[in-house]
Amino acid sequence: MSVTPDLLREKLIAEIGAIHVDVEDTSPNRCAASFKVLVVSPQFEGKPLLQRHRMVNNCLAEELKEIHAFEQKTLTPEQWEKQKAQ
Amino acid sequence: MNSIVRSTVRCLRSRTWYYGAVQSNAVLNSGWARLMCSSAVQKNLEEMVKRDKVVVFMKGTPAQPMCGFSNAVVQILRMHGVGIYAAYNVLEDQDLRQGIKTFSNWPTIPQVFFNGEFVGGCDILLQMHQSGDLVEELQKLGIRSALLDREKEA
Repeated sequence: MSVTPDLLREKLIAEIGAIHVDVEDTSPNRCAASFKVLVVSPQFEGKPLLQRHRMVNNCLAEELKEIHAFEQKTLTPEQWEKQKAQ
Repeated sequence: MNSIVRSTVRCLRSRTWYYGAVQSNAVLNSGWARLMCSSAVQKNLEEMVKRDKVVVFMKGTPAQPMCGFSNAVVQILRMHGVGIYAAYNVLEDQDLRQGIKTFSNWPTIPQVFFNGEFVGGCDILLQMHQSGDLVEELQKLGIRSALLDREKEA
């Protein structure tokens, strides 16, 4: 099974209640499967960065085994609104 | 003007390479990065992350990073004037490369540790740098960020 942006998106929505997910396939820039994701979820509220990233890592544990490079940005809905307004 | 003095010393007994670069400029940065030519490093990971205040597992070396994310970590540390840290090149040792992922339960390289505690990878360090949290965390380690001095000069 190959990892696709849609698969990542579905899992993040289903498992950590993401209300918004951007998945960028950065593989063309590198030699192997690489992705950059923006995840917005109310479940990140009150959690420090490391804990948020671990939530994402756990959610995508199987997929990450096949991914070579992975970038992530994790925001709460409030942070995301602020960012959009900038 | 910057003057860079490099000295490379090989300690024959422990087969460890030490690389030191001393830069002198108005901000008085000095940098040392310790490189381990590895064997059986995996067993010592717990010891390794505690041995130095700032520890980085990366691809390549601070002088020659072999990956954009690892390079980003090196540059951020340099911007803050963190001159003394241990840098371990996972490309030199597959056991280390896999071992550190298992050790921190973290799937990617680079990995940054402060005082033996896992901080995160490039994304987290970059966000901490942008938010100002990194200056604070370095302060807790007893390291004064060079950016504080730069602000004062302006």
